[in-house]
Amino acid sequence: MSATTQDHAHDHHDHKPGFFVRWLCSTNHKDIGTLYLTFAIIGGVVGGILSEIMRAQLNVPGNTIVTSGQEWNTIVTSHGLLMIFFSVMPATFGGFGNWFVPLMIGAPDMAFPRLNNISFWLLPPAFLLIITGLFLGESGTGWTLYPPLANITYEPGIGMDCTLFALHLAGISSLLGAINFITTIFNMRAPGMTLHKMPLFVWGELITAFLLLLAIPVLAGAITMLICDRNFGTAFFDPAGGGDPVLFQHLFWFFGHPEVYIMIVPGFGIVSHVISTFSRKPIFGYLGMAYAMVAIGVIGFVVWAHHMFVSGIDVDTRAYFMAATMVIAVPTGIKIFSWIATMWGGSIELKTPMLFAIGFIFLFTVGGVTGIVLANAGIDQIVHNTYYVVAHFHYVLSLAAVFTIFAGFYYWIGKMSGHQYPEFWGKVHFWLTFIGANLTFFPQHFLGLSGMPRRYPDYPDAFTGWNFVSSLGAYLGGIALLVFFYVLYRTFTSKEHVADNYWGEGATTLEWTVSSPPPFHTYAELPRIR
Amino acid sequence: MPRYRRLLAVLMMFIAVPGGVALAQAVGAPRPWEMNMQPAFGPLKEQQIALHNLILVIITLITLFVGVLLVWVMWRYHATRNQAPTRTAHNTVLEIAWTVIPVLILVVMAIPSFRLVYYEDRTRDADLTIKVTGHQWYWEYTYPDNNNIDFTSYMIPDDQLKPGQRRLLEVDNELVVPVGKNIRVLQTSTDVIHSWFIPALGVQRYAIPGRTIETWFRADKAGTIYGQCNQICGTNHSHMPIVVRAVPGQEFNAWLVEAKTKFSDAGQQTREIAAAEVRH
Repeated sequence: MSATTQDHAHDHHDHKPGFFVRWLCSTNHKDIGTLYLTFAIIGGVVGGILSEIMRAQLNVPGNTIVTSGQEWNTIVTSHGLLMIFFSVMPATFGGFGNWFVPLMIGAPDMAFPRLNNISFWLLPPAFLLIITGLFLGESGTGWTLYPPLANITYEPGIGMDCTLFALHLAGISSLLGAINFITTIFNMRAPGMTLHKMPLFVWGELITAFLLLLAIPVLAGAITMLICDRNFGTAFFDPAGGGDPVLFQHLFWFFGHPEVYIMIVPGFGIVSHVISTFSRKPIFGYLGMAYAMVAIGVIGFVVWAHHMFVSGIDVDTRAYFMAATMVIAVPTGIKIFSWIATMWGGSIELKTPMLFAIGFIFLFTVGGVTGIVLANAGIDQIVHNTYYVVAHFHYVLSLAAVFTIFAGFYYWIGKMSGHQYPEFWGKVHFWLTFIGANLTFFPQHFLGLSGMPRRYPDYPDAFTGWNFVSSLGAYLGGIALLVFFYVLYRTFTSKEHVADNYWGEGATTLEWTVSSPPPFHTYAELPRIR
Repeated sequence: MPRYRRLLAVLMMFIAVPGGVALAQAVGAPRPWEMNMQPAFGPLKEQQIALHNLILVIITLITLFVGVLLVWVMWRYHATRNQAPTRTAHNTVLEIAWTVIPVLILVVMAIPSFRLVYYEDRTRDADLTIKVTGHQWYWEYTYPDNNNIDFTSYMIPDDQLKPGQRRLLEVDNELVVPVGKNIRVLQTSTDVIHSWFIPALGVQRYAIPGRTIETWFRADKAGTIYGQCNQICGTNHSHMPIVVRAVPGQEFNAWLVEAKTKFSDAGQQTREIAAAEVRH
């Protein structure tokens, strides 16, 4: 009896369960991370196909690829929700977060492994609900879901309810994930790892977890009220019953603005590690970097109404939200300059992850400064809801946030899979993405300044030129995605195995002390941090 | 195939337009390959352009500064040129500088920004009040100061456009306003949220059911100014443009007289028929 137990415990070190139990009932943070990353790729591909359809439709005026405005609006809605909730968030928070938070803090796993499992498995049904809404063509409200358009009178189909319920599921998933990360990071750091010695990626995930914890319940409340308005005769947002459509906007953006930081803050962490590794230098101004993220998170909660400058809110309120929003530029500037200072005096190797990280810094700067323009309530009056806004948020999300994901992917794929990516094809992927994305979104600034409204399936002929350029960029971006799949193929079919720390002396965090790929169970003995 | 013919026609237009500048009347509309804001027809847009130009210079300089720094460090500290990295991780003076300097830049931008926000808010002494009501998918304009003249404004569909008219921008009944007068706009909606957005006048507000939102504008020169609905409002969101015709005072008074008869009960009937057609 005791001998068997002994043997079992001995085997246990790298004992992987069978396929069904391993992937469907997984409680292992690395496997769940892999599930999240796979899911993010699927979500990104579906959302990306929708982008290509939209850009094809907008290629020339009077196009009829998309047959009706309602269909178009549904595509717009699904594209936004898929990219946010089913691609970027699963990649940065669920994917890299699950893989590397425990590894970086020297914890054997997450604090609540089964909670982790349900966090992931809530997403596929949510995804299917979004797809249902898409194929029924009944969720044409934009991702902002503003009532009355989202009320049953104007969007009568069950597809809209599916979309709303999908957000509930995705919200619960994120909330449980956030609880898990906060508990893990607060309680399971290896001996000696104080908060101020914690890697910046872990800081990013911790801050993101807090943002989720505070923002998601507000979204859940708003969505619940909307579902009740639609199906149970309440009038929270219906003026005919004493409700207020603007209340929904406040609730939505109280969630919606922190949401954009939820998508980018883990990326800040990834970029810090990549820059430090490939400059072979410690991160410049570590504490400033950590607390700049905290500041961005905190200020991010008090700026929401800058999305509502033309909703008829009071002029003093507009003035306040304008000022508060502009303040975010300060911690953001600290981060940008600290990254550059990290590179300064370093010994820089321009490997693919580093290219993506440097690309991120530049694109995030572009997206950041156009944010300053939009923060001006006075100017926003004339660029609100135009393509200028589309360009701005795609620069900070589709470009910057996605670049952090690719930086993380190329940085860690060797660690996760045990195989290195092909450097040449990684660089091809980078340049195609960089050129494609800029070609797509830079001309949209011009369209916006010129006055082209967003969420239009067709536009006046004067907007033809830049739309044409933008669509060309989108096709190039599509090709870049195919190159990425080739990179994946080459990586997973590679026979070459990489060492524990294949980046050398620049990579100093704990994940580089375990093998590549790490054993099924890591840190049977806790590491000690000096 | 007709798609490509249209593209060809549009490309021809790009070549033709700069040649034929001698347009009879001033037009406030987007122009091919435009890279900045539409020129101003009134004081709101003038001030928005002025502030935007200031901020554009600042943000361009910041972006170039960051870009140049990045290129410089990539070149200067590339592993081939610098084998031994330093261990520098702090520089108090530098860190204070890149905190304080952005604050100062923000202050420079904030002062004119605040001035503009308050200027845009409302006009104290309105010469004329206009009520704008958003509907799925047309606009309704009411002149409460002038016998409550009230009419609807529908987009002209593609197949009914006359030569030279702008696709997706022309309407059957334009909003007519006098030049040089401060116009108070009261906005609401009867169904979903719309947004009354006219780039060349620098004005935009949501039309929200259950609320009346006030704003203002002034057209300082005569002309035809185009805008579009700018808040997703259902399947025909892109089919409810706005046309404002700014005319001299006398012409406006003449229009008022004409409008009183045109948009009387008979007008009301036509309007209902038109609305029924849209609803099918």
